[in-house]
Formats: sequence, structure tokens, C-alpha cells
Amino acid sequence: MSVEQQIRQPFTANPVRANRGTGVQIRERRLGSITGFVGTAGELVQIARAGELAERERSFTQAGTCSSFCATLQLSLIQDAVVINHAPAGCAGDFPMFNLYNRYGQGKRKLTRQNARLLTTNLNEQDTIFGATHKLAEAIHKAYRTFQPKAIFVTASCTSGIIGEDLESVIEEAEQELGIPIASVNCEGFRSQVWATGWDAAYNSILRKIVRPPHQKLPETINIITFIGEDYFSELLQPIGLKPNLVVPFTGVEQLERLSEAGATAHMCSTLGTFLAAGLEREYGVPEIKSPPPYGLASTDRWLREVATLTGKSAHVEPFIAAERAAIAAQLEIFRKRFAGRKAFVAAGPSHGHSSMEVLQNLGFDLVGSCIFHHDARLDHGDPAGDSLQAATQHTPGLSYGVCNKQAFELVNLLRRLQPDLVIVRHPSLALSVAKLGIPAVFVDDEHIALGYRGLIRYACKLTNWLANPALERTLARTTKLPYTDWWLNQPPFSMLGEPR
Amino acid sequence: MSTILQHPRHLCALGGQQSVVAIPRAIPILHAGPGCGFKLHTGLGSYNGFQGGCYSGGASLVGSNVGEKEIVFGGEQRLRDVIDGALKVMDGDLYVVLSGCATDLVGDDTENVVAQYRRQGAPIVYAATGGFRGSNLQGHETIVNSIVNQFLTPQEKIPGLVNVWSTVPYYDPFWAGNLTAIQNLLAGLGLRANLLFGPDSDGIDSWCRVPAAELNLVVSSWTGLSTAQLLNERFGTPWLHWPTLPIGAIETSRFLRAVAEAAQVDGQVTQIFLERQEKRYHYYFERAADFFLEFRWDLPSHYVTVTDAFYGSGISRLLSGELGLLPLRHFVSDQPPIEQYQAIQQQFAVLSPELNAPVTFTADGDQIASELRKHPKSSPLILGSAWERDIAAELDGCHLSVTSPMMDRLAANGSYFGYDGALRLIEDIYGMILTAVQ
Repeated sequence: MSVEQQIRQPFTANPVRANRGTGVQIRERRLGSITGFVGTAGELVQIARAGELAERERSFTQAGTCSSFCATLQLSLIQDAVVINHAPAGCAGDFPMFNLYNRYGQGKRKLTRQNARLLTTNLNEQDTIFGATHKLAEAIHKAYRTFQPKAIFVTASCTSGIIGEDLESVIEEAEQELGIPIASVNCEGFRSQVWATGWDAAYNSILRKIVRPPHQKLPETINIITFIGEDYFSELLQPIGLKPNLVVPFTGVEQLERLSEAGATAHMCSTLGTFLAAGLEREYGVPEIKSPPPYGLASTDRWLREVATLTGKSAHVEPFIAAERAAIAAQLEIFRKRFAGRKAFVAAGPSHGHSSMEVLQNLGFDLVGSCIFHHDARLDHGDPAGDSLQAATQHTPGLSYGVCNKQAFELVNLLRRLQPDLVIVRHPSLALSVAKLGIPAVFVDDEHIALGYRGLIRYACKLTNWLANPALERTLARTTKLPYTDWWLNQPPFSMLGEPR
Repeated sequence: MSTILQHPRHLCALGGQQSVVAIPRAIPILHAGPGCGFKLHTGLGSYNGFQGGCYSGGASLVGSNVGEKEIVFGGEQRLRDVIDGALKVMDGDLYVVLSGCATDLVGDDTENVVAQYRRQGAPIVYAATGGFRGSNLQGHETIVNSIVNQFLTPQEKIPGLVNVWSTVPYYDPFWAGNLTAIQNLLAGLGLRANLLFGPDSDGIDSWCRVPAAELNLVVSSWTGLSTAQLLNERFGTPWLHWPTLPIGAIETSRFLRAVAEAAQVDGQVTQIFLERQEKRYHYYFERAADFFLEFRWDLPSHYVTVTDAFYGSGISRLLSGELGLLPLRHFVSDQPPIEQYQAIQQQFAVLSPELNAPVTFTADGDQIASELRKHPKSSPLILGSAWERDIAAELDGCHLSVTSPMMDRLAANGSYFGYDGALRLIEDIYGMILTAVQ
């Protein structure tokens, strides 16, 4: 082992982290999360606060999404790491998608376009009988030889979990030999019905193996936990003297090592970042911005004030808020008139879905319902101030609200009755079901677009163009059929939803 | 042997779900973990030529989403609930239950559960597609053979009816266009193609007609062979296996003559049809020839295929046999059964010995790139998956995606099959080059 490699071993040097278990608890147990609810937003807020939120399972279901997808999405976009999926080859079905995200994002960021670094151990029947830790060891060495990565993430699968593969022993040995952090990611698909558990698994591996104690403090740097959207955070932070550090996609390992040095951590979506932000606060004292993310006027005001208070920038914040609000006021009024009385529906994950609801209300839309993919009774920090649903619906607690893990049959049934003017969609594969009803399905590709004050205008412009010509949706409605029986379409939309248990 | 794969080009047996989606009004029911259906739709459907969810795929896929409870206590009751719901909610003619890794590993008796529904008259079949059992190409065969075994009954033969078993739906982004092309070519010979997948299939009616066919035409490297054998055993139907993509005039005419002979088509009918097709093909070939000749100086002289053997050997015969290009390397990336290796080697070796290039069987992107780095100044034309973009750039070559995963192109009814398919490939290759250099 070279001297440099010997020095590079602080990932086992921190006793707090070294002694912590490798796995992250699933959201159902950790956050009291559920995937089935129908009622009003106010009722859900109240029930969740009272600790009385109970799961309602569906007797019939359509295929969901799993933790492995979410974990790999975050990890595969770290530019100098490698992800090895310890699984049969089919679990690599999302690799092409992440590769497109990677090359597309590299292009937008003026980086050299390159393939994401992804491998599968391609487990077969024999491996399920005799075990395949030797293949994992070989894959780690192969990945190291090919890419000389700064870190390797090993994502678990249903198969590796059920056959009881001991990932840790392979990893420990390889770490000793190679001198880079290698982290298991416990994202076995069957463990959770809440696919957001995969974010937690990915972040847990980053917290355990990558993040180091701070060498210095950078009080003006704000970690922002996000997906792949463009950097609109600078627009909010630079004017008050702060700098966003967008993570995890499109970072390098060194940038992640230094997450502990930031002045605070915030989220683009608190459902996404809850585990990582709370972990950075717990282990390194990096304060987490608890207010819901800065989408919509009220939430942006609140978020900016909290950020400013925590970073000692309060003197700058009020003039900035006033100026930004004034800058968009006239345009906002035009859009509010344009969209007044239009009916909107949101199909998205929580937190960001809640943000979308607030933005749509700011723009004058009437919200007629939602299909929010799950609900967390609490976030990891435990502070009720982070309740994004309450923030988005504080003036409209009677809003009809559904929690549904993208069950298209239920969504289609409901939308046929509600006939909204548009549906905001934030999960791949779902827009088609909406569009076949002839309803404009706005697939929000860049989740940052509506951010802050100016974001309201950007978002409104996008929606205006999207709604200006619904020819695509009309063509689909006229020429295609949805795969549901008339019997089903005449049943109450939530009739497959069981009683709370 | 299953090996570690960087940038895999095939997925797992459960990927056969896409073959069910490809049958009009057939409904796949996945008895599997919560993420399988979406991942497989992503890899074989959407991020492979942007073939979307269509009728019963994508967000419409039915799945039992088994969790810890089912892993510990078994998932058969969960499966019954989902089948009960599917038969009422989903508007379909045929329901195909597919097991996944999780439910196969914990020993759910999916077969028995499904058989109970079938005995009660439901049009439902079961396929053992736990992902670890093999690739999605094998999963495709498993599904087809399951439908044959569990759903088909003997029928009277229909003169001139030919079942077409070709490339694997969705996995081959051009599968649907290819099937239409085959249908049109067979029609020219006076034969009626019985298509089991895609927009020109009659869905369940086409499947019920399978035993009535006079010939099973297996137009693929190796998938579909076991189906042809099975159909021969069950219904006595003969089969013709054509393992190379018929592309270009030479190969397509050879293919059609073989089909005509197997289906006992009148020789003169065949001759007239082929002459008309070749005439049209050569008109366009001649028209593009000024370009081929005057730009040849700077066009790539060597090409590489990273595809299944069907595409690789066919494309090679077009590019070397008609256009004068030189093969550099062939990589067969669909992991065929080892007993097929020798036959596949021969399919690549039909041109003169100086036009042969080494054939390597691998689906590992790292191995493919490493082998190609042995040809540093070759500036080749690489026809493969989208994964090959990096190595093409590294070798200062050019690249066109023609196989899975193809996340850098959109496939509609595009087809590289037959006379028109060759012209289409020529358009795509040289269109890409002309765009890149300007």
C-alpha cells in the first residue's frame, strides 16, 4: 500500500461512525410513513401529528418502484465513484436512464460527457445456491482497475438480501487492499414499500464512509440536497452573501467528504434529504434548515429568514425579500388572472409535491386533489416546523388529498371524475396514463424551475406554453385506450384501498 | 457462466414482461418485488429507443410488490388478491403471471395458484421468470413457451399461414418495424404472416391460430428455436431457422427464396416479386453511390459490431458484401447458449477469408472497450449500443446505436430488415456522419 493510500483511511477513524450499524431503518418504522390515505390535507396533518397515522393497503396493486432505483440514482451521478449492483442483471434496468441523466447533466454543466460508472454482478441461479461474494470481490477489483474511483458503492438487491450475502466482509477486505472507501447500500427492494427509503440508504452510505470531520468551517456555504436540476439556488443565496453546494448528483467524492464543513444544510425536497441533513447536524453540528424548501412566496420568505438567521445574514434578508417580491409582483398578477379558476392536480412525491401545491396556489390555480406517493408522519429531525404539507395548505386545510404510490388505476379513475385542467407529474411512466384522458400532463423535468420568487414566473411561463396547445393529449385521448374495464372506471376510485391497520 | 458486467446490454428473465406488453390486449401480472417492473420497463422500454408503456406496460403493469411480510410468510395470498383484482380491473384477453427473484427464492407456488384460476376458466398462464434464471431473451422464450403449453389447442391448418418468431420485443428496439417488414415481404410471396406481437398482430386471435400455421419461421439468432421445436412436437408444424438478419438485396433475396421453398411457393411468383424489389433497391443504391464514392476518402473504412449475432452477421454481410467496408471486430453481446457459438462463428465467416474479423462473445462493456483499444488508430464505425459512445470517441471513430440499450435514439417503426431496411441503415449511418462533420 502506498503512503498516500495509508493516509487515506479516515473512513474507519471515526469511532462514532465505525460503531454504527451499516443499515438504515426503513421509513415505515423510522418515520411512520404510509402509502395509502384519502381525506383532506388538514386531516392528514392532524392525524400524523397525533401519531395516529396508519397504513391502508390496497388489495390490488400495480408495479411500484423500489429503494434500489432511488439509491442508485443519487450514487451513480457522483462523478468519480463507481456503483456495483450486487444483483441479477435485471436490477440494472435503470442503468440506461441514469446514464442519460449523467451525460445530459454533464452537457448542461459543461463537463466532458462520459458514461456513468455502473456494474452488475449479474447473479444467476447457481449464485443463489452457493453464494456469490467472490463475484462481488472480483467486481470491486475490476471496477478499481477500470476506473480508479475515489469510492465504490455496493448496492444490495432482493436476491442478495434473501440469500443472505455478507457484503461487509468482502467490503472490509477490499477496503484494506485498495485503500478507498467502499460502502454497502442496504436498498433491497422488498424491504420497503416507500421507495424514498432508497435515498436514505444511499445517504447513509455517504455518511458512514465518505463524509469526514471538518478541517475548516465554511459558514457561507450551504449544502443543498437535490436531484439533477439547474442551479437556481444561487439566485436566492448569492444576494445575501451565501453560496450553494448542490449535492449529491454531479459532485465528486472530495466534495462530499467536506459536507461537514458547511454553514448549514438545506433541501430542494425535505423528503429527499431528511436523512442526510439530520445526520450532518447530529454528527457534525451542521444545522439543518427545517423550514420547507423555498417554493412559493410564503415558504420562500420563511426559508430565507431561517437560512439568514442561522448564518448571521439577517441584515441582508429583508431588503432582498422585499426587492424580489416587488420585482415579480406585476407579472405574477397577470399570471394569477390567467390561471384563475383553472383546476390543477398534483401527482408527485411528498415535500416536492407540497411545494408544487403551494406554487400552483400562488399562481391562482384551484387545487382539486393529489396523488402523493407516500406520507412521512415526521422527518428525521422531528421538528413539526418542517411539515411541508401544513405549510402548503395552511390556508386551505380542506383540500382533498390522496396518498397513493403511483397506482395508475386509482389515479385514472379519480382524474376522470375531477377533470382537472392540468396534472403535475413527477415520476417517469405516469404521464401517459394522464394524457390518455386528454388532460395536459406536465412532467416537471427540472425540479428547481419554480424555486424562489423568480421561479414562480419561470414556472408560469412553462405552464402557459404547455397549456397553450393540448393537441398531443387530445390526439392520445382520441386514438388510444387505457387498459381498465368499464366496471372499474365506475367503481369509487379508492375502493381497492383497505381499512387503516 | 454468468460474469460480472460493466454496462450490461441485456437484463433478466423477468424482462420477458415486455414480450407480454407486446401482445395486443395481453396483461402481465408480476409476482415480484416492488421495483422490478419499473426497472425493466425503463431498461427495455423507455430508455431503449423510448418505446413507452403502451397499453399494459409502464405505469399500467400489474404487480404484487411483495415486501418483508411476503418474504417471511409467503406471498401466495397476496398473489391471489392481485389476480382477483387484475381480472376485474384490467381489460385484457390474456393474463400472464410472471414470477420474480423474490417470490421464486422464497418458494411461492405461483404455478399452482395460476393453475387454479385457469381451471376456473380464466385466460391466464404462468411463466417462471425469476430474474436469476437467465437473461430477458431466455425470459422471452419462457413466456412464449408457457403460452404455447398452457393456452394453445390443436387447430386445422390454414394454407399459407406462417408463424413469425423473430427478434425479442422491446429488447430489439426495431422489433415492431421488423415484424411489419417481414409481413410485407411474406405477402409478396403470397403468404400470410401470423404475427404474435406488435401493431399488426391480432393478439389472442393470432396466438390461437399458431397451431393452424403450415410453417414456423424463426428469424433470429437463437431465440425462438425452442418454441419451434415445441410447436413441432405439439402440432407437427415444420420450421425454418434463419439466423442472420436479411438486410440488403443479396441476403434478403436469399432469405425469401428459402422461405418460398419451405412454404412451397410457386417459383415464378417468387421470381417476379424478388426482381421488382431488387430493382427498386438498386435504384436507391445507385442514387447514393456518388456519395459513397466521392466521400469514401474520409469515411470510416472499418466497422465494429456490438450486437446480437443476428444483427452483427447480417449487418456485416451488407457492409462488407455490398458496400466495400472492412470488419474490424465483432462482439456478440446477447449471451447466446454456448452450444450455439460455433454456428454463430460460421454466420460471421461466410464472406471471403480476408473479410473475416474475430468474433468475441461478451456482454461486458469493459472487455469490449479493452479489446477495441488494441486498434488505436482505426477510427472505426461502431454499430452497437449507446454504451459504445465513449469508446467510439476515444478511438476517434463514429457511432450509431442499433441495439439495447439505445437511450440516444428514438425508435418508431424503423426497421433494418429486408431491402428497405438496408436503405434505412445506410440513411442512418451516413446521415449521422454528415451531421457530425458539419
